[in-house]
Amino acid sequence: MGKNVLRKEGAAKVTGEARYIDDLRFPGMIHGVTVRSDIPRGKLLGLRFEGDVPWNEITVVTAGDIPGENIVTMHEKDQPYLAQGEIHHSQEPVALLAHPDRDVLQRALRSVKLDVEPLPPVLTLDDSLARKHVIWGKDNVFKSFRLQKGDPSSIWLSAPRIVEGEYVTGAQEQLYIEPQGAIAVASPAEGVTVWGSLQCPYYVHKALKPLFGLAGDRVRVIQTETGGGFGGKEEYPSVIAGHAALLAWKSGRPVKMIYPRDEDMAATTKRHPSRTRIRSAVDEKGRLLALEIEFLLDGGAYCTLSPVVLSRGTIHASGPYRCDHVLVDSRALATNTPPHGAFRGFGAPQSLFAIERHMDRIARELGLSPEAVRRANLLRSGDTTATSQIIREKVDFPGLIATAARHSGLREKCRSFARSNRGGRFRKGIGLACVMHGAGFTGSGENNLKAVAGVEITPEGRVRVLSGSTEIGQGTNTIFAQIAADALGISYDDVDVAQPDTRSVPDSGPTVASRTCMIVGKLVESAANGIKDTLVRGGLLGKRYTRAQFKAACSRHAARAGSLRCLMSYEPPASVSWDDANYRGEAYATYAWAVYVAEVSVDMVTYRVSVDDFVAVQEVGKVIHPLLAAGQIEGGVAQGIGYALYENVVWKDGRMANNQMTNYIIPTSLDTPPIRVFFEEDNREHGPFGAKGIGELPMDAPAPAILSAVEMAIGVSFDKIPVLPEDVMHALEGRRGG
Amino acid sequence: MGADPKRALVRFRLNGKPIRARAYPLTRLLDVLREECGLTGTKEGCGEGECGACSVLVDGELVNSCLFPVVQAEGRRIETVEGLRRGKKLHPVQESFLRHGGAQCGACTPGMVMAAVSLLREKPKPSRAEIREYLSGNLCRCTGYVKILDSVARAGEAES
Amino acid sequence: MRGIASDHAVLVPRRLSEALVWLSKDPTLVPLAGGTDLMVAFEAGRLPPGRLLNLWGLKELGGIRVTESHVTLGALVTYSAILASPLLRREFPLLCEAARQTGAIAIQNRGTIGGNVVNASPAADTPPALLVYEAELELCSAESKRWISYGDFHTGYRQTLRRREELVTRVCLPRTARGMIQLYAKVGGREAQAISKVCFAATGRVKGKLLTDVRIALGSVAPVPLRCRRTEEVLRGKTPRGNVVAEATALLEKEISPIDDIRSLAGYRRKVAGNLLRDFLESLPCGTGSRN
Repeated sequence: MGKNVLRKEGAAKVTGEARYIDDLRFPGMIHGVTVRSDIPRGKLLGLRFEGDVPWNEITVVTAGDIPGENIVTMHEKDQPYLAQGEIHHSQEPVALLAHPDRDVLQRALRSVKLDVEPLPPVLTLDDSLARKHVIWGKDNVFKSFRLQKGDPSSIWLSAPRIVEGEYVTGAQEQLYIEPQGAIAVASPAEGVTVWGSLQCPYYVHKALKPLFGLAGDRVRVIQTETGGGFGGKEEYPSVIAGHAALLAWKSGRPVKMIYPRDEDMAATTKRHPSRTRIRSAVDEKGRLLALEIEFLLDGGAYCTLSPVVLSRGTIHASGPYRCDHVLVDSRALATNTPPHGAFRGFGAPQSLFAIERHMDRIARELGLSPEAVRRANLLRSGDTTATSQIIREKVDFPGLIATAARHSGLREKCRSFARSNRGGRFRKGIGLACVMHGAGFTGSGENNLKAVAGVEITPEGRVRVLSGSTEIGQGTNTIFAQIAADALGISYDDVDVAQPDTRSVPDSGPTVASRTCMIVGKLVESAANGIKDTLVRGGLLGKRYTRAQFKAACSRHAARAGSLRCLMSYEPPASVSWDDANYRGEAYATYAWAVYVAEVSVDMVTYRVSVDDFVAVQEVGKVIHPLLAAGQIEGGVAQGIGYALYENVVWKDGRMANNQMTNYIIPTSLDTPPIRVFFEEDNREHGPFGAKGIGELPMDAPAPAILSAVEMAIGVSFDKIPVLPEDVMHALEGRRGG
Repeated sequence: MGADPKRALVRFRLNGKPIRARAYPLTRLLDVLREECGLTGTKEGCGEGECGACSVLVDGELVNSCLFPVVQAEGRRIETVEGLRRGKKLHPVQESFLRHGGAQCGACTPGMVMAAVSLLREKPKPSRAEIREYLSGNLCRCTGYVKILDSVARAGEAES
Repeated sequence: MRGIASDHAVLVPRRLSEALVWLSKDPTLVPLAGGTDLMVAFEAGRLPPGRLLNLWGLKELGGIRVTESHVTLGALVTYSAILASPLLRREFPLLCEAARQTGAIAIQNRGTIGGNVVNASPAADTPPALLVYEAELELCSAESKRWISYGDFHTGYRQTLRRREELVTRVCLPRTARGMIQLYAKVGGREAQAISKVCFAATGRVKGKLLTDVRIALGSVAPVPLRCRRTEEVLRGKTPRGNVVAEATALLEKEISPIDDIRSLAGYRRKVAGNLLRDFLESLPCGTGSRN
């Protein structure tokens, strides 16, 4: 615990031996591709297979070939695996093709023509709200929430000041460096087996069963080494896995499907675009008296995970602040664009962006500093959140701010930048943001998941962790091994982690929601303790023992009683109670708390904003592996910088027009600043050895901190991201009247 | 229309060994390495020369193998990530990436390691700024580059 | 999208003369150098099926030759080779800066000066430098050899004076920029691996308070890389301060014709071009005290 052990999965990655899905080859394997619609909405009249292509050699799958239900299993049963009669978004899959030769397949793909009668698409939040056309359900609304605490309407009339603002965030592409991919082997006789680049093998398992009308024991899903996910491989892999499996089923051959980057960017999920309107009543010190928040998400054409993203965004909408009267009205709306989905942060980066920019707006309108407004409102132990959850753990925002200020030089720089910004080509700014991020699934989510994880002993005395949680770069295998080793008092080197294969590991729930270390890690810890208890109670092990004694005890147990396995399933902590109907109570067992500071320069010649320095301070319970933990924060900050300044999805006719890495840009090593990470470890109640979830936390604060810094640098308050140089130019030139 | 090319024999040295591969002339070197030669360490991230995951060394120079037509590999000396280790012993750059958190998901890692090896051959003790510039054609989505820069800097220190 | 390798044959000449003969017999052959543009088009399905003519490795197209009055680069000289030349760094820093900011190392090892010029993208990074250096291009066919001024080479969007049976074989730089103040600026979406939104190159010579020679060229602001002669005219012989700068900037913003595209907006390009010019002019030492 707390040590930088060498990663279990590390050596294979640096030598190139790690096997990602495209590295696997099966005898007789053929390749698969997807035929997609180019128009966002219409009636699908038919397909034509033209061109000088050997169609008789090509496996073709359309909706009519689906053995079971043409539905991608998720919250709603609205998304088909293959379009049937109707097109609801550009890039919607219509047919699948397979052939051994990729050149033949490419020619075939270019020769399929779709006959579509276009219908007017709904492409903006406003058009969806206005119900110009109803494209989903009765009213284009996938889901809505109303979260209320107190009664804001009672406050407006007597409020000393009212501050209002609107905040917008754009779509963001996950851009994992390894694109989506799957290999399937499938037949009525043998069932379906899929290997894939994925975060949640059991999600895929659940989706494949009804697609083929098979029982669970006839479907098997195996996660291969996965080159990044960030949520983009949470739910989407069910689609590509199903497609590969359909082609395998029909052709009788193993089928490999790997998306080229342009298809991956255009067709798969992105972060939900959002629009938030905040109305706040404040006193002269900036204290929040009432908050009314309208939080809208663009969900794309199908429901997928929008209700859950909306939920998290809703709960985080009032930020880490005290307020007795809060009303959050949130909705996820349908548009004719490729469905949006999970991306690290999952609704919280959107709503926290809004509240953090709003706090700066309050500061500006009241003539206070951004820091002062926050200090007047930040949650303390004993306060209640918007869901009326009492914060029982230690929260020390003043301490976090002090640490962040010390390391970033916040106060000195505020003064010196004010002086130096009177002229010169580069204007400097420094800004902070305060956030919290609930770890684990919301409210009753973990209860519903009933996650299971286990530990088993092999006859050779090696310990193996059994979990459906996946390693996708964050170090799952390493920390599970650390946790099990520490619980058992043995060496990290004696512990292995089983490959996530639904045939041999339990469903530990999805690798999302910053829950893997905290929730599943805790189960691993308990299971390891269970193994230890069994061996001790069986008289095979004393209360204290050496590594050699442990191994001997395992061998003796194996000889005596065969395999030893302990599976633990999730028990909600007694203190967590959640009212799903009224959105009240303990939304999360615990929160990570953070203060981030960004320092920027704005180039007055090119209008480019660069982040020069970044300090990230957070309270996380317990750091299991310092190098991995810092790596998570650094990577998340870089994605947050991209979200704020670089990553712009250009929409044209309902599809991403800049779907290449040339034109959708993420920061290179020359664009990222030094990122300095500091951890506080105060609260030890939850998680293994007290660790809280941190995977998503770093996404929340960078964008508002950067925009706050830009505001100091050039006196322009941006409330929409990404802020591109073109936007900076327009704001400055607009001000000059030139 | 029909250019009617043939799959031709291309001969080159790969990690010190002579190779004869048969491929269409415009087939990407990346595909020949991964398929005909069976070395899957070099990855495809974008297919457009932007991400650097496919980086290999040709005659000691860093190139994007997704933009390299195999016909131009004739007679060349190619090095991939698989050629770095000596038996069980990792290359110092690989060792450093392992020790200092330079790899998270690993998809960018082989290309990043080759870029680092190329840099350190040219400049054994690069400054942090020089490392940033040299690696700017290798994109990483996981790390924010911090520990990649640390790994390369420490590898430079270790080697000298 | 994936390229279809079996749609393309590649001819591999052993000598430049052989390449030119083959090209004269079949002018539809597409010349292939380092592939950093063509292979991207190939992968994106934008390379029509046909035959390519491999130039990579032809010795006659390599090398940097220096005389008292000129530096001549073979068409296959890569960006890395440009950066490795101390002479080029000393005397032609704008070309080196363009090379340094193209892509990143792996692209620079394969991208060539000839390829950059022949590909004729208006957003290319070296053309503005070549324009202010008043480069000349050698165009060879099996039958002919001619030199043209690079300033005349681009005739329209991705159209050039190169006849299909010709290859650009050499780029010649007159050594007349010595002692001039030089500025290159590429404005992209990020610091590396970026296609330029605006690309600016300028050289100036100041005698006393007056600008005696000034050359300005931009990329990404017109269908072709653009030498801005009207703006230069308004500056020549004047002191680059105050109203002169304002007038020149206004004229530049009219002389260029940027568009909105997937990367940027016309208004941004126009404004930034003007800013870069202003920044350049105000940095010129002309004896009137410190710059504003």
